[in-house]
This record gives sequence, C-alpha cells and structure tokens, in this order.
Amino acid sequence: MKVLSCTFFIIKNSHLQSIKKILVGIAFSPNLKPNIFEAVRLANMFEAQLVGVHVGEKTVKKEQQLSQLISEAPILKLPVKTVWQKGKPVDIILKTSVEENIDLLILGALQQENLYKYYVGSVARELTRKANCSVLLLIKPSIERVKCNHIVVNGLKDKKTIETIQASFLVSKALACKRITIVEEISQKEIEVKVSDDHSLRKATIEKEKLKRREDSRVHKILETIDTKGVSIKIQSIFGKRGYSIGHYAKVKRADLLVMNAPSKTTILDRIFPHDIEYILTELPTDVLIVK
Amino acid sequence: MTKKSPIKTFVGELPRNIFSGFVVSLVALPLGLGLALASGAPPISGIIAAIVGGLVCTILGGSNVTITGPGNGLVVVILSAITILGDGNMYEGYLYTLAAIIISGALMFILGVLRLGSLSNFFPSSAIQGMLAAIGIGILAKQIHVMLGNLKATGSILELLYFIPADLLIFIKTADKSVFYAGSVGIISLLIMVFYSKIRNKYFQLVPAPMWIVLVSIGMYYYFEMFSTETYPITDQYMINLPEKIFGEFPQPNFTKIFSYEFLSAVIAITLIASIESLLSIKAVDKLDPEKRRSNVNKDIRSLGIATVISGFLGGLNVVTVIARSSVNINNRGSNRSANFFHALFLVAFIVLFAGELRHIPLSALAAILVYTGYKLASPENIKKTFQVGSEQLIIFLVTLIITVLTNLISGILIGIFTTFIIHIIINKNMSLFIRNLLKPNVLMFEEDEKYFVSVDNFSSFLNYSKLKSKLDQIPETEDVIIDFSMCDFVDHTVMENIHSYSESFKRKGGHFEVIGLDGYKSGSTHPFALRKFVIGKPKEKNITLTKRQKSLYKISEELHWDYNSIYKKEIKELPNFGYFKTRQITKISNALSNEQCTLFDIEFSEGELIAKQNVKASMLYIELKNLIPQFTLDKEGIFEYIIHFAGFKDIDIDEHPDFSKRFYLSGKNEEKIREFFSDELILFFESNKYYHIESNEKGLLILGNERLAGVKEIKALADFGLRLKQHIS
Repeated sequence: MKVLSCTFFIIKNSHLQSIKKILVGIAFSPNLKPNIFEAVRLANMFEAQLVGVHVGEKTVKKEQQLSQLISEAPILKLPVKTVWQKGKPVDIILKTSVEENIDLLILGALQQENLYKYYVGSVARELTRKANCSVLLLIKPSIERVKCNHIVVNGLKDKKTIETIQASFLVSKALACKRITIVEEISQKEIEVKVSDDHSLRKATIEKEKLKRREDSRVHKILETIDTKGVSIKIQSIFGKRGYSIGHYAKVKRADLLVMNAPSKTTILDRIFPHDIEYILTELPTDVLIVK
Repeated sequence: MTKKSPIKTFVGELPRNIFSGFVVSLVALPLGLGLALASGAPPISGIIAAIVGGLVCTILGGSNVTITGPGNGLVVVILSAITILGDGNMYEGYLYTLAAIIISGALMFILGVLRLGSLSNFFPSSAIQGMLAAIGIGILAKQIHVMLGNLKATGSILELLYFIPADLLIFIKTADKSVFYAGSVGIISLLIMVFYSKIRNKYFQLVPAPMWIVLVSIGMYYYFEMFSTETYPITDQYMINLPEKIFGEFPQPNFTKIFSYEFLSAVIAITLIASIESLLSIKAVDKLDPEKRRSNVNKDIRSLGIATVISGFLGGLNVVTVIARSSVNINNRGSNRSANFFHALFLVAFIVLFAGELRHIPLSALAAILVYTGYKLASPENIKKTFQVGSEQLIIFLVTLIITVLTNLISGILIGIFTTFIIHIIINKNMSLFIRNLLKPNVLMFEEDEKYFVSVDNFSSFLNYSKLKSKLDQIPETEDVIIDFSMCDFVDHTVMENIHSYSESFKRKGGHFEVIGLDGYKSGSTHPFALRKFVIGKPKEKNITLTKRQKSLYKISEELHWDYNSIYKKEIKELPNFGYFKTRQITKISNALSNEQCTLFDIEFSEGELIAKQNVKASMLYIELKNLIPQFTLDKEGIFEYIIHFAGFKDIDIDEHPDFSKRFYLSGKNEEKIREFFSDELILFFESNKYYHIESNEKGLLILGNERLAGVKEIKALADFGLRLKQHIS
C-alpha cells in the first residue's frame, strides 16, 4: 500500500514540484501598482519568471507606465516577459498559460463596498474554474511586504490532498512562513449516529473521536513524505460543510494564506447550490491558493 | 456510588410514578372533558386522546417526564374545523375533523421520521407568543359565555368578546333558574382556579384545582339529591353528555372531504399547532426535569403522530405533549414515562367506575377551567414581558395576535414571520445582509484546547437559527463552550433567548457556556434577550446595555476589588511601546478591569493599512512594574507569529533548564541580563502554569493568551496568572 501511494505521488506530483513561471494579468486600474509589486516579490521568492499579460491594445503610454512600475519594484531575479493581446480576457489568459507553461496564475479579488469582505469577480472566477495551473487569489495586494505568518491548508480525504499539502510546504518555504495548520474537514454525514438524546450524543461523541483519530493518522502519513523541518504544524479537525468550514476557520484564526484543492468539476448547479471551493469564491477569508 | 441496574431503579421508582400518574389523571379528567367540549367535539373525545396518548407514547416516546393528551392550542383550530367542515351540523363536522386529525397524525409521524422536529425553530419567538395569546383569547372568548350559562353564543372571536358584558347582564337578571345556577357554578369554579394557588393549605393542595371543581359540582348535585327538598336546578342540557356505552361504539371518521380546500387547510393548521405545542412543551419540560435528561424530540414527535392516528380512529382528538400536566407530573415526583402510562390507566378507571357521577358535572364548571387556561395564555403579563425585550418585539407580538384573531392561525403566524423579517431589515437598514447570506452556512464549530469554539458569521436570526442549533446540540452539556458572535452583524431575539436556555442547561449539567463578541453592540432594551446589532464606530452610551459577559466581568472586578469600566476612556500610555503593537494600530479599549498597577482589558486594533486593514479584538493584561526589568518576549516554542518584531534575536536557552528551553521561546536584546532575571523560581513558575505570550518593555508586562476576546473563565485565569507573576517578579 505504501509503495503504491508513493508511486502515485510521484506521477501526480510531477506538476507542482516547483514554481518556475508565474502569470499576472495586467489591468491598468488603481490596483496595478500593488498587484505588480506583489507579483514581483512572489516571482523573486519562488525564483520564477514573471509573465505579464495585458488584454487590450499595446500603446506607448501603457508600456511606459508598466516599465516605470517595474523599475520601482524590487529588482527581478529573472527578466519579465510581457504579452500584449486583444480579445476576451478569459480566453487569452488561459491560452497564454498553456502556451507559456505557467505554474501559477495570480489574480486579484474585489472588495465589497465599505466592508472588509472580499469576493472574486466574474472574470477571475471563470479563470479559477478553468485554469490548468494553480491559482493564487490575492485579497489585499500591497506595495509593502506583509509577512505571511500562518498558512491554513486543507487535509480532507481526497486524492488531490497530498499534492496540496506538499504545495503548502513549498510555499511556506518560499515565503519563510513557520506555521501551518492542516484542517481536516469531516463531513457531518460521516457520523452515522444522529444526536437526539443523551445516549446518542455520547455515541456520536465517541464516533467523532474515532473519525478524528483516523483522519489524523491519514494526515500524519502524508506528512511523513514531506520535509517539515522548521515549521510548526497543527492538525485541526472540523466537523462541518466542506469548503465552507475551512474558510471560516481561516478567518477566525486570521490566517494569511489558505491553500486548497482544486475543485473536481463544476457545473452550473454548483453555483446555485454552492459547495467546496464555491463558498470561498463568494467570500474570500484571506489570500487563497488553489493547487492544481 | 454504584450504578443500580435500570430494572431495579424502575421498580423502585414505580410507587412514586403510580402516585404521580394518579394526581395527573385528576387534572387530566376535567381538562380532557373541557378541552373536547370547547373544541365542539363530544367530551369523551378528549379523554380518549389522553388515554391513547398515555398508552402509546409511554411505549414509543422519546422523552421522560412529559404527559400527553389533548392540547389547549388545538381547541381553536379544531373548533373552526368542526364548524366549517360540518357546515352547521356539529356531529357531521366532528366526523370530518376526525379524518383531518388522523391525517395530521400521519403527517406528524412523517415529520418525526424526516427529523424535522426542528421545524419550530423557524418561527420567531415573539410571533409564537402572539399566536399562543391569540389562541388564549379565542378560548376565553367562547368559554366565558358557556361559563355564564349561555350555550348558544356564536360568532367571530371579536363578536364573542363584544357580547361578554351583555351576557353578564343576562346572567344577573335572568329568571331562568337553570341559567343562574349554571352561571353561579361557573363563577365559583373560576374563583377556585384563580385562588387555588394562593391558599397554602397542605390538605387543600392535595387535590388539584380542576378536580376540586369536579368534586364541588358533583357534591352540589348530591346535596340537592339527598338533603334538599328542591330538585336539582340545572337542567340536563347544561350538563356534560357522556355516551351510555363509552368504550363500545366508536364514531366513523369521514374521509369524503379529503381533497377539499377547507379540509386541507384544517389538516395543515392542526399539524402545525400540534407540533409547535408539543415541541415547545418538550423543550420546556426538559428544563424542569430533575434528572436533566435530554428528550429525543423526533422520536417523541413520531410517537405522538402514531398516537394521534389511533386516537382519531377511536374518535379522540389529537395527542400532543402538554406543559401544564407535565409540570404537575414533575411536581409529584414522576420520574419516567410510566407516570404517563398510569395517568392513562387511572383515566380508564375513572370513566368505567364513575361515568354516572361524571354526568353530573355542569358544562359551566368545565368552561371555567378553560377560561382560566385561556387567560393564562393571553395574560397581560406576557405582553409586558415581550415589551420588556423591546418595542419591536411587541409589534411582532401584536401583529401576529391581531391577524390571528381576525383571520386564522396560519395567516397569523405567516404574517408574524413576515413582520419579523421586515423589522429586522428596517433595524439593520440592510436587506442584502439577509438575502445574500440566508442560505450560506454560517456556523463553524471546532474543538481546541479541550474547549468547543463556535463562531457565527454574517447574521444570526430565526431564519438560520437551525444551523446554529444543530451544531450546539452536538456538544455534551458537561463541556466548556465559547460562542463568538464578533463576526456577526446582527443577532435577533429568538437566538438570544435560545442561547440563554443553552447556557442554562450547560450550567445545570456542569458545563460552561459563554457568549463573547456582543459587548458594545446596540440593543433595543436592557433585557438579556434583546436583539443585538453591530454598529460602526463608538455607539452612544445610552444605547448600550451590558451583556452577560460584561456583567460577569463586573462581578469579577468586585471579587478582586478592582475597578470596572465598560467604556475605558483613559489611555494606557505604555501600550504602543510594546513590540506587539509596533505594527498594530490601537483603535479602542473597552471592558477594563483595573487596579493601580494592573489593567485587564479588551482591545480593538487594526493590522495593516487601507485595503489590507483587518480589525482584531482581543483580551490582554497589562501590568505596570515599579522596578525596571530587562526587555524580553516569552512564548510557547513553535508559535512564531508574535515574535516577528524581535527578528534577529535568537532563542535564549538556559542550560540548567533544558525542559524550559525546549518548551519556551525566550528572546531579547540583553541576553546576560535576561539570564540573570530568569531565576530558578521564575522558571519553575512558568513551567507550572499555562502558556501565555508575555512581553516586557522594561517598565511593564503585557500578557495575552489567544488573539481573541477571552471568555469570563479565561479572564479570571489571566488575572490570576498576572497577579501571581507580579508577586514573583517584585
């Protein structure tokens, strides 16, 4: 079994071993400067190449503005590549990400008026669903660096989870983040006993404890395959709705980054009856990295 | 203490349950007859419901000390069903209604199977109160006429109320001896009901009030029969009518109107009221249970459904859980479901043995019992209580009450729900808060440090209370719970009231249930159940009422002989000098407990700037020191979050205490002085106490636990830790 899972992980994980190319969309909005600064810093931290894509006409003014911004930003370790193309934003960014073999796509979130609440705009949402690479959603790009202190990553029972947890350690290393919490979301349905009186409550509590131990040992097995030195790890199990609980938890704990599995597939029904990642997209608790 | 075997306990408790069942049957007999009469059904139908309920629910039920039988709430709906379906013919109407009762029983069974026992959670408290008051008025309006000897009064509730004074005049002036005597018996009976609880005589209290009425009226009959020369003045039409062969012939329920609109709306109304009344009663009885057991609500609902179907086929009314008879049971030390069973058996015995005597009870006597019950449901006391919670609750209450009286129960409760919703929107001046977040899950619960932490997001009202409830129900009541509303913009009265009852039941069972995050919210009144709303910026002082947490903090301050200020106007000058606050902007300090040197406070600060800004609330302790100590931070090893400001300083290991060095992360500028300062004694102190983040800026100490508001228990622990630490240092 162990051998099996190892080979499995090698095949699966050929993808996000490292981040070599980062794509950032360039829209000439007031947020451009923090977006660029954030992207440049990330590219340097991962020692990756930055690819900027602007959907629209290439003008001298825009070009000047952009090079001006990049010169103000920290010096890039690898030269930036810019792509200028007209068309539908979603199509062009998706196309470029395939052509350029992009590992990470950076997208900015929008803020609800007068509220400290963030959501993903329609373009970014479509990109998140359709992208072939990992996606990083930033709720608050800033010009100054804000240190990432706490990463929350999902540890739910899913074949993508190993990769996601590995990615979170990769990111934590790059960002010098020393604290990772692995959240196991256990569906309420897994508890077979329904609480209705004292007796069933006792039973359900015992069963929960069992499930918790089972999940913990599963996560520990994953951790054995990862170099976790220098990082303080906490494993937290939560009984609740998948995708929702982890977001709420990240908000309560004021995590700086939430790392999650990419959704399996989404249909129109998923948007009407949201689940998993869709909860996070309607209200981002913090920066979110979706690993693919 | 060794645990007795359940069978032994059961047998041991049998005598007291038999006794309790007997006392309950004394109440149930007159009430059953009266409720059935008031519903427009044959009097025996109420007794059948009680008997079937007692026998079936004892075997299949899920609660412990509840008593089942015909319910007050249903009187109005069943009466209207009988009147409407019968189209003038009461007996025909009764047969149609039996069919409706049977179907409502089946529906209730299905509700129980689908575990929809929580259905009643979707109704706002004040709307339910309004509906119950309307039912009370309905019962009172009709029965007061019967009590005064007028059997023919009919009309809408308003008309019936309007005719009360006229009826009183008729009663006084009447020449008809029968009417006068019937009315007199009624009024005397009402007086017995009213003054019963005020007469504190041991022997008098042995028999419950309704049974006194029965005894007095039967006694009166025998007085005329045996001692008086006059004949008994009340004619037969004013007397209760029981069939000759009580358990011989059962009426045939008539299912022919099953698809008509009237029939279906009767079924819905009956099911709705039956389940609401049962659920409210089960919940209330659980609070009274001396053995603190938790009822299996869905199982109970299922058993009530089955009992109702059987009762309907036998000609009986709905079987519901009833609060008044259940409390009689608890007061008489009933301890398990067998009391309910014996109550049914005694009823059978009464009917079989004393049917003849029971026929001598005047209707007016039974009506008096119902007038009193109706008054209890609609008493001005309830209106006052609702008003104390807030004027908006009174509006909801009155709207529901008036609409229910004017139209019917279903419209009443629906408009009550709608009104509540509109009022919530007006109070928040925000509709999207509710619309956008209505279907989202909003409750997170997880276990941490052997405590349950529950966080509620967006808003919490009757609309989404069931989500919160389902989480809270999973926590054993012996545990510690902290429920945090600080991310919630609005919490309504229904939730506040239910939260309160949770905290009570945790207290009863030895757990600890605490609410945080509502301090400083705006509330409509000083009542603990008043709704709470988040306000941006500083609210005006007069709009704030202390929350339970704040009141407990005040109590702690008295115990410690410290000062308490819910709004702290002084500035703690040293705070910004701590490394912790170098990157954090303090916005507000509140709930400060302080003496000359120590200040324990809730603090609001922001991290980051502009769009990256995040507001954080946490509880901390600041201690001013007389002598200078070295600058340092001390943390649990592994939590790197706090010490970012001291980057570059290494972990100072103290060689003589490898265990301490392993568990704590100690850092600071002047390593030598720090080593000197951390004496063996101090190290032992840290090792033997809970972890806190501790920071010294030479002149003072800042101590904090988690970066969130602390519960009252945690505040106490923090204060204690700080005081002892101070003693060690100085």
